[in-house]
Amino acid sequence: MTEFMSPAFILLAGAMLIGLARGHWRTALVLLAPLATLWAVWQVPDGVAATLSFLDYQIEPLEGSPLRRLFATIFALMAFTGGLYAFRQARATELAAGYAYAAGAIGVCFAGDLITLFVFWELMALFSSVVVWCGGTPAARAAGLRYAIMHILGGVILMVGIVGVAMRTGSIDIQPMLAGNFDTWMLLIGILINAAAPPVSAWLADAYPEASPSGSVFLSAFTTKTAVLALILLFPGEPVLIAVGLYMVMYGIIYALLENDARRILAYSIVNQVGFMVCAIGIGTELALNGAAAHAFAHIIYKALLFMSAGVVVYRTGKSLCTDLGGLFRTMPLTAICGIIGALAISGFPLTSGFTTKTMISQAAAYEGLFVVYMLLAAASAGVFLHAGIKFPWFVFFQKDSGLRPKDAPWNMSAAMLLFATLCILIGVFPETFYQLLPYAVDYVPYTAGKLVFYLQLLLFSGLAFFLLLPLMRRTRTVSLDTDWLWRVAMYRAAATVLTQLTVLATALRSRRLEWSTTFRARAEQYFGAPASQKRAGIFARAWSIRSTALWIAVLLTAYLLVYVI
Amino acid sequence: MIEEPEQQHWLVRPTTIRWLWRGFIAVLTLVVLAQLVFPVKGYFGVDGWPAFGAAYGFLACLAMVLVAKALGMVLKRDEQYYIERDAAERNSGD
Repeated sequence: MTEFMSPAFILLAGAMLIGLARGHWRTALVLLAPLATLWAVWQVPDGVAATLSFLDYQIEPLEGSPLRRLFATIFALMAFTGGLYAFRQARATELAAGYAYAAGAIGVCFAGDLITLFVFWELMALFSSVVVWCGGTPAARAAGLRYAIMHILGGVILMVGIVGVAMRTGSIDIQPMLAGNFDTWMLLIGILINAAAPPVSAWLADAYPEASPSGSVFLSAFTTKTAVLALILLFPGEPVLIAVGLYMVMYGIIYALLENDARRILAYSIVNQVGFMVCAIGIGTELALNGAAAHAFAHIIYKALLFMSAGVVVYRTGKSLCTDLGGLFRTMPLTAICGIIGALAISGFPLTSGFTTKTMISQAAAYEGLFVVYMLLAAASAGVFLHAGIKFPWFVFFQKDSGLRPKDAPWNMSAAMLLFATLCILIGVFPETFYQLLPYAVDYVPYTAGKLVFYLQLLLFSGLAFFLLLPLMRRTRTVSLDTDWLWRVAMYRAAATVLTQLTVLATALRSRRLEWSTTFRARAEQYFGAPASQKRAGIFARAWSIRSTALWIAVLLTAYLLVYVI
Repeated sequence: MIEEPEQQHWLVRPTTIRWLWRGFIAVLTLVVLAQLVFPVKGYFGVDGWPAFGAAYGFLACLAMVLVAKALGMVLKRDEQYYIERDAAERNSGD
């Protein structure tokens, strides 16, 4: 039964045609393909809408539910806004790869079984690597290669998990499970690699900032959030996710505080924000899962907005280091204001989308009586304001005057930023409308006087801390080592050492070859006899007495028997 | 580029910054005092204390900045770290 096709194929077809089309046709495709996809997303009914047979398995390429539609909606919307932001500046290759990447993400949203999920998962890995490579610099090529290797590795681990689960349970359905045995752990680890969980979080901040200004906007949205969706579908309430999420939250803050590159600061704060969602999935109540889904939706919007704002700066100045930037608000007021709106939203400031979604997660922790989790999330909310909410706009648009006077954003980039800035505020001001899209019924009230007072105190005093501690946060022209040091340096050194030793061995072998071969030949002739001359028979060729032969046969048979018994 | 105070953008003039600080401190005070009128519902007791959000936010940020500073001493490398290593290896590999 295939009455419906996955909306992903509309976007995928669009991506292919973008590569072929030119001029206005391409523009029309870039802008219309995501809108057509968005329309199709809302036509998908609840439940399994298409099935196929593959090997012995029932494939369900299309399964709808409010949660799946929510993620597919924001992915389609993201593709549209990313396309609008990029279509006049980016190369066709990058646009096509970005759209195919988005199509993979939408495909994952509607995957009813693990095999479909895997196919679209790999589609994302493939085309997101291409998007990184479209950065075009040697650094982008190297980072793209590391990114591709990490995601291929993640894909293999995921596949091991899928095969294991299919063999053990006989079912490839996507259904809630807990990480209890080898297969489910592999499945969980495969997904968590895409969520930039420890110990491999480094791939994200390594690759995203090397892409082009528009490339990093696409990259910021899909990979980690499909992983969040997969976790909600497969591992809701898995306790280990609480710890993983809290680690990611703190990791993102600390590394962002150390970082000098503006886009890398934003990349670290993706890990931080995804940590909030992962933690919520670990809590696993209806409110927590609503919070995770809502926060993912809001996060895609404000994070893309922040990357768009940073992207305009990179596009206009060619610089992205805080030490080179500053004072840009004078000539880039729109980019600065949009960046500030994104920064306020990521910090969860009241009247922005971050407040109405992130506080759901904290509330869920409070209802479950998780004191430590609640307090750490509150500390992290303060930390987000510190590392992204103020740090990003301050060092890029204010601080010292760098003397740079770039023009503000081109019209299409401005339009894309304004669209997402408006959405950030709309979700913050009218949360009830947005809450209707969530998977579970919501009776959560974000705006109560007490909560407002608490969060305003928390955030404003973090702001105070930022300005008082500015001397401690002076930017340095440095990079920070991460676990990727292990494979970028330590493993490289180890491999180089092994290679050197092998070379030494090979040289030794070559120089001694003649000497050794003469020795071997003499020994062989001693036992087997020289082939050309029959003068001297080898030891094995001599006539032996029957007595010693019988003894040897007995010894050999005993040895054989012993081997057999053992 | 150092500009004379009159030529500076109004937002970065010392007088403006002084006023911004005053306004900021006034807002901070108001937010703490607001708790007298709108009590914060504490889920664990301690989070309902007066000015708890303010103190906790400030101290959490202080702690994070200090931890980052300490970790930075171990983790920070010159920005050319990976670039130079890669170049050195490419040369030695040839």
